[in-house]
Amino acid sequence: MTGGQARPSGARAARRQRLLRMYETMVTIRTVEDTLADDIVKGQIGCPVHLYSGEEAIATGVCANLDSSDWAYSSHRSHGHFLAKGGDVYRLMAEVYCREDGCSKGRGGSMHLSSPEIGFPGSSAIVSGSIALAVGSALAFSMDRGRRVAVTFFGDGALGEGVLYESLNFAALFRLPVLFVCENNLYSTHMPIAKCSADVDLSKKARAMGVPARRIDGNDVELVYRTAKAMVERARDGRGPSFLECLTYRHRGHVGPSYDIDKGLRCQEELDCWLRKDPIETLESRMLEEEIASREHLEEIRARVRSEVLAAQARGRDCEWPRWSDDEGFKDVYRRPEG
Amino acid sequence: MRSITYVEALNEALHQILEDDPDAFLIGQGVNSPWYVGASCAGLLERFGPARIIDTPVSENAVTGVAVGAALAGKRPILEHPRMDFMYYAFDPIANQAANWHYMMGSQLSVPLTIWGIINRGGEQGAQHSQATHAMLAHLPGLKVVMPSTPYDVKGLLRAAVHDGNPVLLVDDRWLYRFTGDVPEDRYTVPIGRGAVRREGSDVTVVATSYMVHVALEAAKGLREDGIEAEVIDPLTLKPMDAPLILSSVRKTRRLVVADGGWRSFGAAAEVMALVGESDLIGRLKAPMARVTLPDAPAPASRALEKHYFKTSDDIKQAARAQMGE
Repeated sequence: MTGGQARPSGARAARRQRLLRMYETMVTIRTVEDTLADDIVKGQIGCPVHLYSGEEAIATGVCANLDSSDWAYSSHRSHGHFLAKGGDVYRLMAEVYCREDGCSKGRGGSMHLSSPEIGFPGSSAIVSGSIALAVGSALAFSMDRGRRVAVTFFGDGALGEGVLYESLNFAALFRLPVLFVCENNLYSTHMPIAKCSADVDLSKKARAMGVPARRIDGNDVELVYRTAKAMVERARDGRGPSFLECLTYRHRGHVGPSYDIDKGLRCQEELDCWLRKDPIETLESRMLEEEIASREHLEEIRARVRSEVLAAQARGRDCEWPRWSDDEGFKDVYRRPEG
Repeated sequence: MRSITYVEALNEALHQILEDDPDAFLIGQGVNSPWYVGASCAGLLERFGPARIIDTPVSENAVTGVAVGAALAGKRPILEHPRMDFMYYAFDPIANQAANWHYMMGSQLSVPLTIWGIINRGGEQGAQHSQATHAMLAHLPGLKVVMPSTPYDVKGLLRAAVHDGNPVLLVDDRWLYRFTGDVPEDRYTVPIGRGAVRREGSDVTVVATSYMVHVALEAAKGLREDGIEAEVIDPLTLKPMDAPLILSSVRKTRRLVVADGGWRSFGAAAEVMALVGESDLIGRLKAPMARVTLPDAPAPASRALEKHYFKTSDDIKQAARAQMGE
């Protein structure tokens, strides 16, 4: 599939364009996470931040199949999904620094990013908290008889929550256009997967609920893209939900910039092994090997992204704080009546 | 004007809401089952079909989350929970998701969801088929809570809840379903946040919620025979509560009894008393405030215990007489 030589030139050009676009998205996510990590170390970020470094291929590969009318929900580890769905870097930065210009006006913080205009209704910090919501949005889409789909991203920890199974059953029962994307990064906060789940092949659990499932290498963005593509098309055609388990690894620890090695939760050998399977480097090597892009071109993308992210971060770090007054504080609790 | 029962008014409201708004739909356990919802859903499936009258598996958590997600996407779901006891399974989507979403996501999306929670108790059903959990839900910022007590109000408040644009919990009590009252055939709303004076009186204010409104009215009749004129106030909306109405009544009577069908501690009655306690009336009451509520105990099954557990008009009369120094 990845050879390319025998393809017609149109397909090859489309693939080249797609890979370059996905590369830029992945580099953007990584750069955002790394620059945030630097500021956490410096004590410039107060809000808890769950970094997505190492998992970029999943959000990127899945969201490359979506447009802004499709909805993606996320979890506490939401930066990658927000950005892959087309979210603005500056508004993300401002939100992580809890400022008024943030995508959620500083009311949400890192775990509650939202940008409905790009099809990102929000992210919930309760494990499994947005899964049923995505199923409900898919129900709304199916009532409208359109071709929109809903996606929910969650970690392997979510498999411990009953609502996931209820949601899988409900989605299968009503054949809803929803894609369940499980980012299996092998740890639920501090606990290795084998201590959380008696059977570590999580895709089996979805199949048991009547939802077709695949278990794939989540660090291969092209594989994620292709697998999700079939699932998204299936949903758009009214053939029901799918479950995609992506095996991956978060480079950083559960929360913050630490690698959780100092805490004795993970070991250096394991991290090194996964760093060798870095999703961005994997894609880079493939593009160079297949002469899809030159080293200079990729470096140019990285440099441009870096300067854009740094500029957005500097602005986000320095923009206005939200202001409190009793009126300001309470008026947003409820949506005000129209007119 | 014609007089119909509470459950008929509820049913009429559902028919009219679903007829008028193509984005409205009904979802919940047993919406097509005679055991769960009485006659409240009669004729809906035949008229609107299974795509808009969705009977669900017993998955309170997911189904509530589904309703929240559909509301976020622009629908106006009416989510039915046939027993409030089972809603504990749904606390996450109600408290963490629906109630927070608008504020937490910078006011970009709201959750126009109506949660219809039903209190179904008595008849030796025991502790897990009895609960009235309105007070703990009213504690949550971002959620509005209404408790219509009459046929007129249930029709108007259900419509107001569906149109509100925020998550609104409508709590009714199966004990209300048999009451009759005048109800216009036309569409109308009863404003959320406004209470009603059910009976005027000058001696003692009885603030009563939901089914207890009827118990309080019965008590008021008995009190009249003793020469005590009770004013019965029905908040109708628990949150946001109609404070001016309650305070103006207490300002007149200087005596307060609160009757609520929930538990005593940290309950709806406590909130009404706090409202008065925080006002300038606190030093000017003629007697200490009193509440008539369930005891802080689970509901018993045996009818020999139930008759003490659930409060009656005698309990309200006794509390009111004590206010009068009798």
